[in-house]
Amino acid sequence: MSTPEKDKTRKFRAAKRMREIMTEYYIDAKSAVQTGRKVAWITSGGPVEPLIVMDVIPVYPENYGAMIGASHMGGDLCSKAEALGYSTDLCSYARADIACAIENGGPIGGLPRPDMLICCNNICGTVLKWYEIHARYFNVPLFIFDTPFCHTEFPEIARRYVRSQLDEYVSFLEGVCGRPFDLEKSREVGALSLQGQRLWQAVLDTAAHRPAPMTAFDAFFFLALIVTLRGTKTVVDFYQELLAEMNERIDRGIWAIPNERYRLLWDNLPVWYRLKWLSETFEAHDACLVADTYTTAWCGSMKYIDENNFFDSMAEAYTRIYLNIGIDEMVKTIYTMIDKYEVDGMVMHSNRSCKPYSFGQYDIQKMIQEHKGIPCMVIESHMTDERSFSESQTATRIDAFMEMIKQKKG
Amino acid sequence: MRTAGIDIGSITAKAAIMENGAVLGTRVIFTGYNVEIASRKVYDELLAELDMPGSAVEKIISTGYGRNSVPFAHKAMTEIICHGTGAHFLRNDIRTVIDVGGQDSKAMVVDGSGMVRDFVMNDKCAAGTGRFLEVMARALEVNLDDFGAQSLKAANASRISSICTVFAESEVISLISKGESRENIIAGIHDSVASRVYAMAQRIKASAPIMMTGGVAKNIGVVRALEKKFNTAIEVNEYAQVNGAIGAAVLAARL
Repeated sequence: MSTPEKDKTRKFRAAKRMREIMTEYYIDAKSAVQTGRKVAWITSGGPVEPLIVMDVIPVYPENYGAMIGASHMGGDLCSKAEALGYSTDLCSYARADIACAIENGGPIGGLPRPDMLICCNNICGTVLKWYEIHARYFNVPLFIFDTPFCHTEFPEIARRYVRSQLDEYVSFLEGVCGRPFDLEKSREVGALSLQGQRLWQAVLDTAAHRPAPMTAFDAFFFLALIVTLRGTKTVVDFYQELLAEMNERIDRGIWAIPNERYRLLWDNLPVWYRLKWLSETFEAHDACLVADTYTTAWCGSMKYIDENNFFDSMAEAYTRIYLNIGIDEMVKTIYTMIDKYEVDGMVMHSNRSCKPYSFGQYDIQKMIQEHKGIPCMVIESHMTDERSFSESQTATRIDAFMEMIKQKKG
Repeated sequence: MRTAGIDIGSITAKAAIMENGAVLGTRVIFTGYNVEIASRKVYDELLAELDMPGSAVEKIISTGYGRNSVPFAHKAMTEIICHGTGAHFLRNDIRTVIDVGGQDSKAMVVDGSGMVRDFVMNDKCAAGTGRFLEVMARALEVNLDDFGAQSLKAANASRISSICTVFAESEVISLISKGESRENIIAGIHDSVASRVYAMAQRIKASAPIMMTGGVAKNIGVVRALEKKFNTAIEVNEYAQVNGAIGAAVLAARL
């Protein structure tokens, strides 16, 4: 274990700033009624930029789900949802969030009431029913942004279909807000969104350095801003600051895992209520989780964005995100990451909550072992429901996996 | 060089003492409530049996679920690596080890030098484990030690379709009430365990020669059912139950 002195230098300055930004953001959202602004609840992979253009405050039940998980409130809230009749097989974000809305509980005293709901199904199909439940419960308008699944390509017919929904989305926002959509501001927001994504990718890329200045556990924390406030200057300024801090760490030789010997890639959402335990368990093996497919997803489809026409190209970028593509495409992304970050093994979280993320993991595992020759391990859990986590089973798997890597690598 | 391996499982605690590549002795006791006491007890009993002072053993590795609660061990390693090493020690051409213990089942692929190349464990479910068999033995009022022999007398194995221990138990009870013979039900239970374990082992491309270790390897019914699934003979060594402890003792010599 690290000494207090070491912990002090290893703490990120930017963490304090991020907490301030998130606090301000939630205060803004919770006082929206007083300030006359509107609040939209939106899915984590949904196109948020039009909301920023309209000065609507985006609120993310999924970000809130992560907060619930990290504060160990998931199990209780999931039980409440189960008592309301929701199945234990349902996503634990959905269960916890529905319970919070109905019970008026959860961290920070619950989320501010929505004026509208924006549901984009590029991340899963559960969100459709989840948001319909909220629409009925809060009796507010719901906009569904439907992104067809892209096995390998994005056909013209899909482009036209998704693009036409952007117009409908704008009309919907104009209707709810009662004012026109500002095209000039849309260009500014688009530019800031792209800039934010580029900076986030640059931050994650610093972990390609051996040893790495950050771990995936840090990325899980710093992710919140690119998810929630994408398209604002706050995000750009913050990630510039964070990137500078990462580079400074590299210059000064401050490493996330002081004796980094093994580099691992994480797949799927974090186990929010076990971040500290997992991070310490891997650190005890001198293993650094240098990258993950999850936080990369918020800059993974930048390649489809046309910087001169952000608005139109959003159709493709939002449709071809990591969870809305076939396994062949997913695996290509993973191969690139394995090479870029020079990883020795892959840790897959088979997450009973997130079916689209977990389905296919065993096939991906086989493909990786065949093509890249690196070992993969699987941890079984729910991202927010701590009742489904088995510590000793997980510890044995991690220890055995690390023993195997050590035997292989020496 | 004398070394020891202590394997603390969920049901039994095992110890093995070795000297220069030969097994001097092994011992198995019930783990009970206190892991630390169990580890001390099984080791002391084995030392006494071998009439050997503790100081005669140079290095000790602990393994199994209680591996971190063995205060006198020099190092803790997982049972996955230990079973791989133990199986390789007992028969060096083994390529797959299937370990079915009290609370979990695992399969490991081992290379020519005894290194574990891949492994898989059962998910959070007791089906396909020794505990599943214990529950069923209780429901059928049969001594677990007789399970294997009884199932070999089955005319037609019953079909147990549920993979959940609790549901499977009620399925067994309904088979009993339908008048199905004990032997057939037990054979069905063994098929059910074998199916789970086989499906799991397929994930890591298990290949022959296969060795089965762990307490459940003592059950001839499960072994035969697995042989049918894999369509090959499965090696069960006299040391099957203490294989993890032997592997730990082999590894201790490398410390």
